Amino acid sequence: MKGRFLPALLAVFRRDLTLLLKGSVGRGGALLPLLFFMAVAMLYPFAVGPDARLLARTGAGVIWVAALLAAILPLDRLVEPDLEAGFFDQWALRGLSEEALMLARIVAHWISFGIPLMLAAPISAGLLSLDGAQLRLVEIGLLLGTPGLAAIGVTIAALTAGLRAGSALGGLLAIPLAVPLLIFGAGSLQPGGEGGLFLLAASSVAALAIAPFAAGGAIRAGRE
Amino acid sequence: MQPGLNNGARLAAYDIACRRGDRILFKGVSFELAPGDALHLAGPNGIGKSSLIRILCGLLRPYHGHVESTGQIALSDERPALDMHLPLQDALDFWQRIDGAGEGRADFGLENLLDVPVRYLSTGQRKRAGLARMAASGGRIWLLDEPLNGLDTHWGAAAQAAVEAHRAMGGIAVIASHQPLGLSRLRTLSLLDHLP
Repeated sequence: MKGRFLPALLAVFRRDLTLLLKGSVGRGGALLPLLFFMAVAMLYPFAVGPDARLLARTGAGVIWVAALLAAILPLDRLVEPDLEAGFFDQWALRGLSEEALMLARIVAHWISFGIPLMLAAPISAGLLSLDGAQLRLVEIGLLLGTPGLAAIGVTIAALTAGLRAGSALGGLLAIPLAVPLLIFGAGSLQPGGEGGLFLLAASSVAALAIAPFAAGGAIRAGRE
Repeated sequence: MQPGLNNGARLAAYDIACRRGDRILFKGVSFELAPGDALHLAGPNGIGKSSLIRILCGLLRPYHGHVESTGQIALSDERPALDMHLPLQDALDFWQRIDGAGEGRADFGLENLLDVPVRYLSTGQRKRAGLARMAASGGRIWLLDEPLNGLDTHWGAAAQAAVEAHRAMGGIAVIASHQPLGLSRLRTLSLLDHLP
């Protein structure tokens, strides 16, 4: 299938994106992480009380925790169902490298959870009494950080696909890997912490650079 | 075989051994297939027929030996690789987009099922859909893992007819099956002869 690599990869990417956005039987779409993300912002003021100063000081950190957990939510349907159904073997026969497939999936995953999160962040910011400047930092931080979260998510999903209780394990494995993103993302919101955005971007780029190879290797190793 | 259609498809295995866990399943498997050839991998359950198919695909590394192939490989195993929630037509169209325009689909009696979501298809219908997907891929080397499983007599015969048509076009077929096959000029490789 020489010369058909890019059209084929594009077809796979379009399928990835449709599945992750719209969901299917047994796979919720992009709505579930989004609702989860909003629910945290909605519940937090109930839990700590309506003190606007306290909310404004801690709210941005809550947004980051919610974003991290929302990214973990769809882990079990990122790779496992397609591995189970034989898609990855069929793609391998057609010369589509696992690395390219995983990169496509990272992008699709990011579009399906990162962008909805950024769109929902102003609403969350309102619920948590964040001001305009803080919201701007949150949005920039999410733009820089969510690609890294997507990369970590797909890598963990590929590593745990096919394992029993893989989804529970996946959540546990993803959290420590995502801690640098959380620290730099939430840290950038402290007074004078804007420099954290550079470290956030760096962590994100590092995760993005490693993820397709680690995830691709995991898929291949799973065949043995 | 029609000489004009000789496209140089070739599949050869040299002294293949397969290890799963700490057990050698089989060893010393060698064969060479030219356009129009068909090989029946025979043997009881668990002897390594599926593993050999996966080794021939390049999905599994052989413990010993190597495989040479010329021509695109098409695989049909127990997983149809079709999206369960999509109507059959859309699920097949996905592979059409990846494989490019395939030559006309072999007849697997799917015309009336094209608007039915794959998850509502019966076992036999899913098997036929998987075979249709493989046949439409345009691969010159067909590797079929238990293609007759779940098929009734009629569609079992139709599947074998599709293999014969594929061979007449210069294709190669390797069929792992515990059932007897009714193909012409069929070579048989019993894995029982290759136990360690």
